[in-house]
Amino acid sequence: MIYIFYITIVLLALGMLFAIIRFIKGPTAGDRTVALDTMTTIIVAGLVIMSAVFDRFIYADVALIYSVLGFIGVIVIARYLEGAL
Amino acid sequence: MSLYEIIGGILIIIGAAFLFLGGLGILRMPDVYNRLQAGTKATTMGAMSLILGVGVVKMEDSWTWIVKMSIIIIFIAISNPISSHALARAMYRRKRYPFIKSSDKNMDAYREIIEKEEKDEKTVMNDQ
Amino acid sequence: MKSLTISEKISRFTVNWFFLMIVWIAFTTSFATQEILTGLFVTVVVSFFTIPLFTCCTLSILAPKRIFYMVYYLLIFTRELIKSNFDVARRVLTPSLPINPGIVKFKSKLPTDYAKMVLANSITLTPGTLSIDIIDDTFYVHWIDVKTTNPEKAFAEIAETFEKILLKIFV
Repeated sequence: MIYIFYITIVLLALGMLFAIIRFIKGPTAGDRTVALDTMTTIIVAGLVIMSAVFDRFIYADVALIYSVLGFIGVIVIARYLEGAL
Repeated sequence: MSLYEIIGGILIIIGAAFLFLGGLGILRMPDVYNRLQAGTKATTMGAMSLILGVGVVKMEDSWTWIVKMSIIIIFIAISNPISSHALARAMYRRKRYPFIKSSDKNMDAYREIIEKEEKDEKTVMNDQ
Repeated sequence: MKSLTISEKISRFTVNWFFLMIVWIAFTTSFATQEILTGLFVTVVVSFFTIPLFTCCTLSILAPKRIFYMVYYLLIFTRELIKSNFDVARRVLTPSLPINPGIVKFKSKLPTDYAKMVLANSITLTPGTLSIDIIDDTFYVHWIDVKTTNPEKAFAEIAETFEKILLKIFV
């Protein structure tokens, strides 16, 4: 079972790396926000995997709250870019 | 390995592969809308499949895991399309016009709305 | 905003309370007495103050026929979600990047705002489409591989299967 978690962590880290490259390259604010959105989802998945590996139920709550806050952050940035704030 | 671990492990691997493809997609695509397409779809299903897999793996221990995981899945399924839609609209309103391969003018149906709104704003300003 | 009659208010309150209570139990994942009592108090207060905000549906949404169609919708949606992911995977992994993007528009017959939101979110997660804006009845959709710019044909291609079921749920 632990090998499945190893493979998963490697795949998530590679996806995260690509998102960070896009985050740095840009070229517009919107591209960076897309990268941020993707990174949020990958981090939520990583937190859930962590809660399974360490067998701590409370980490799943952290993942839930993180996904809520990431969603609100992306919405706020999008509304700001639109000029509605 | 029990049956739960086998099914859950397969789901986890599928989910991780799609999350990886989502990252690759936003790196490769040419403009912000195509990046949103790849990013939203692949990461949504990737995260849903991975979280469901963890829930199935832990189901032999207790039923609470799968319930909490379903809450996270439902939240991700609702929130990810909304944030991508808000971003796409915001980028179009900032006049980042989409990358279009063919020279057909009808390919961009949304631009006429934006141009009409701009014209209305200008006439209002002239009236004042 | 139009004012609501008493029966509408009660039915909305009941639906909100029902779904909030399910969410509360799923959050706490326990059936201990103190948790249930706290949940009852919190959900009643919250659903009382959000009657004008959560306009999704009235009590008639819990009719057996509609629940059947909701389950059917979920099944169709899951099938489309899996299809769309393999579509994205194929496009991302092909070295030549086979895309032909553009924005198309089509009209929908759905009556309420909530149903339109569900349809827009669904077509965001189905193969190759991303909804950008809804103005009245018109949907503007970014399509990664445009097959037609004709509104009726685009509607038949993108949204017809979902709309048929949504009309049965929300009307």
